[in-house]
Amino acid sequence: MGRPAGLPIGRTTERRPTPVTSHPTVGVLALQGDVREHLAALRAAGAEAVTVRRPEELAAVDGLVIPGGESTTMSKLAVAFGLLQPLRERVRAGMPAYGSCAGMIMLADKILDGRDDQETIGGIDMTVRRNAFGRQNESFEAAVAITGVDGGPVEGVFIRAPWVESTGAGVETLATLGDGTVVAVRQGHLLATSFHPELTGDQRVHALFAEMVRGASAGSR
Amino acid sequence: MSTTPLSTPDAASSAAPETGTARVKRGMAEQLKGGVIMDVVTPEQAKIAEDAGAVAVMALERVPADIRKDGGVARMSDPDMIEGIINAVSIPVMAKSRIGHFVEAQVLQALGVDYIDESEVLTPADEVNHSDKWSFTTPFVCGATNLGEALRRIAEGAAMIRSKGEAGTGNVVEAVRHLRQIKGEIGRLRALDNHELYAAAKELRAPYELVKEVAELGKLPVVLFSAGGVATPADAALMRQLGAEGVFVGSGIFKSGDPAKRAEAIVKATTFYDDPKVIADASRDLGEAMVGINCDTLPETERYANRGW
Repeated sequence: MGRPAGLPIGRTTERRPTPVTSHPTVGVLALQGDVREHLAALRAAGAEAVTVRRPEELAAVDGLVIPGGESTTMSKLAVAFGLLQPLRERVRAGMPAYGSCAGMIMLADKILDGRDDQETIGGIDMTVRRNAFGRQNESFEAAVAITGVDGGPVEGVFIRAPWVESTGAGVETLATLGDGTVVAVRQGHLLATSFHPELTGDQRVHALFAEMVRGASAGSR
Repeated sequence: MSTTPLSTPDAASSAAPETGTARVKRGMAEQLKGGVIMDVVTPEQAKIAEDAGAVAVMALERVPADIRKDGGVARMSDPDMIEGIINAVSIPVMAKSRIGHFVEAQVLQALGVDYIDESEVLTPADEVNHSDKWSFTTPFVCGATNLGEALRRIAEGAAMIRSKGEAGTGNVVEAVRHLRQIKGEIGRLRALDNHELYAAAKELRAPYELVKEVAELGKLPVVLFSAGGVATPADAALMRQLGAEGVFVGSGIFKSGDPAKRAEAIVKATTFYDDPKVIADASRDLGEAMVGINCDTLPETERYANRGW
């Protein structure tokens, strides 16, 4: 391949990849679900955001958001397209991940009311009950105060949402509803919410996650 | 029926949980994006759809191809049959009411369906008015052939729009026509300046505020799926490439030779809609597709897309 005429040689040899520590790339698992809203929220929170549907795309990101959607569909497609094992390996190796709603289910070590053959990525030592609040008619909005998110409660949008039924010792509860139901947790590099901050235009949860990704990228280099 | 907040007169909690909000209704459709919603008529079919990776099922008594064949008045399905399907699967269940038949919609809400499709596939109950969808907790999806129709449905409270296509034909030509029409009109709105939007609203016969919102967003304020004629994985991918955020498949699956395989193939092609290799692999050895009808031989009276106003 010839170099375009007139381009100084020094300029082309100087080119190198942007340092990953300052601009970590966050992927959004794009098998199905509200991918666009997560991409927009991440970008508004100052992160580079790309979609991930293939193992090679997963390999190129520093952190991953698993969006809201239908967890049985995501699980099925992750298996069919050879993504489940790579996802498990990256999460086990310390890649930060954040799951909202269906994403929370995907990050749970154990699930209740799922399909018998439903696979999760796992990583968070918790049991999550699928569709725990009921059907769509029971979907609701409520203010949720989250530990580590300043500036008052976020607007929690719960859509056929799961809840956290129980957690292991290493899991920190970040938010509960008035009745004590656990709806947001963190275990090290993994974050999960029952609700959908991506639907509200409030980027504080995504900013928290972007910070987790920056921290992990800085620490690993 | 009420959209009022759950009454928890607890002074300590500043914000009581609120059900049936526009955000919860529209947000539900956002969760379906990139997915396939399949028509099913029995719990067994619903299970096949769920196994194949459907994001939701549409419970109905007859698929549109059979409604065409049988003729007569098509109505809301038997509650027992809808409940049977609700109990058979863990994914969302939708069901159809006739256009303007708000009592059928009330019944569907009472049954606990997750979405109501006020559908032209059933025989309309009102030739002037659609149901007032704001008055329900359950969200509604409605069909549209053009932008004005889509915005009138949104003004009535629809939380999701599907381009109509021509249901029960297995022919994607009308689905393409309607989606191109809607997307094309959105594109033209974007090019207008503020002075021109008032006249555009008048021409579209849609509220000015919604027209302005679409002009600014460059998209509908709710999720847009495609419906009516998808029969193959390539059909589904075509609708996605044309801008549909997901697809409804009616007769195309359970009127084909191998429904389980075809359902799974359409799910895969909908996710990898821009990857011809995946679509090619998904399209192999699917058995017979549904036979299909050429839409230009359909008499005007048998065109479902003309229903709705």
